[in-house]
Amino acid sequence: MLDEIERSGLLGHGGAAFPTAKKLKAVLSQPGRPVVIANGTEGEPASHKDRVLLARATHLVLDGASVAADLVEAGEIFVVVHRDVRAAVDAAVGERRRTGLDRASFRVVTASDRFVAGEASAVVNWIARGKPVPLGKPPRLAERGLAGRPTLVQNVETLAQLALIARYGAAWYRSLGTPEEPGSMLVTLLGALERPGVREVEIGIPLAEVLARAGGPTSTLQAFLVGGYFGTWLAAGPSLSRPFSAQGLGVGLGAGLIFAFPTGVCGVEETAQLARYLASQSAGQCGPCMFGLPAIAGEVTKLAQGRLTSTEVLERWLLEIDGRGACSLPDGVAGQISSALKVFAPEVAEHLDGWCTARAGCRILPIPTGGPR
Amino acid sequence: MRGRSGVRIRVDRIACDGRGLCAEILPEWITLDDWGFPIVNQAIVPEDLVLAAEDAVEVCPKLALWLETAST
Repeated sequence: MLDEIERSGLLGHGGAAFPTAKKLKAVLSQPGRPVVIANGTEGEPASHKDRVLLARATHLVLDGASVAADLVEAGEIFVVVHRDVRAAVDAAVGERRRTGLDRASFRVVTASDRFVAGEASAVVNWIARGKPVPLGKPPRLAERGLAGRPTLVQNVETLAQLALIARYGAAWYRSLGTPEEPGSMLVTLLGALERPGVREVEIGIPLAEVLARAGGPTSTLQAFLVGGYFGTWLAAGPSLSRPFSAQGLGVGLGAGLIFAFPTGVCGVEETAQLARYLASQSAGQCGPCMFGLPAIAGEVTKLAQGRLTSTEVLERWLLEIDGRGACSLPDGVAGQISSALKVFAPEVAEHLDGWCTARAGCRILPIPTGGPR
Repeated sequence: MRGRSGVRIRVDRIACDGRGLCAEILPEWITLDDWGFPIVNQAIVPEDLVLAAEDAVEVCPKLALWLETAST
């Protein structure tokens, strides 16, 4: 079975696209009884695919978790899910208990609703201590994770794909997608689209075709935000004919978010809003993130307000915070804002001169406000 | 063992408090950002700086630095 998964080329669908077989092997190579965590936290506020999957194909996810648990000989599976789908998952786990077909036992946990809560070590920390923030430095989770045991943390969509590979095999899985990025993936399609929502798409089809699955654009587009709020902005024009894959677009597909950003809306203001949200989501554990993110958000806000005459300091900070956190939040912020400065360069230049040319309003990305965040 | 070669300096970002002693001991390799937190060159520490790197690790009051043997 492990060989089959390796041949399938399955990559993680949580955001980092890490090879699943490699993760399984890392856990298998450790002494001690492992634990499996099915991660349906979905801390990315604009993403809905994990929730939709857990609501519509609950047993498929649990099947995959069960396969993974058998593979690494885990006795316990924690299923961490968004509160919206908790009842559905509880019901499904109840059904499985009654059938008694799973070797491992399931425990359902309601996820924490914070941006960084879905990071693998934060999920472990949440289950173990009720703290939804990432853990620092080694050991890796595969060595010592939950309760000191080798821990496999897999996104729920990855587990659903794993269940299908277990049923139909690697060759079947590879019948869709590209050689490097096989299979299909769930994407959350948002923004200026006729029918926004979650769709399953074959990796590698043209981006325009992906948008067509959501009814196509409702207006001319200027850009896409790909991956998530930690993702990358792409200029709309050149991207539409490119294959929807990390290789084709030249950026990570992250958690599968595509936000179609229409013309006439201010990309700088949107970026400022995102920057403030992401800064608010810092766990406050690491200095460069705790201090750097609010400073960066402040600088982008000034830019959006036409109160900045140079992006020099901002660009230096973006370079400096990259890679300097216990999790990749600072890297995500750096990448997302750097790409915004490039894609929205003409609008940035206007703002440096004190002008905003947007005529169709602003603040169109859904950003959570209020509540305990 | 002092003076081992082929190491990188790693930082436990959660433990690091921005005291800045590391940057004083090893300014060639560690600088501080605008908030006083270390920016560490992630390349393999050159031979002539390895002893200073070990000092930087030892002097950190938060025990936030360590040397990692580079795999490549």
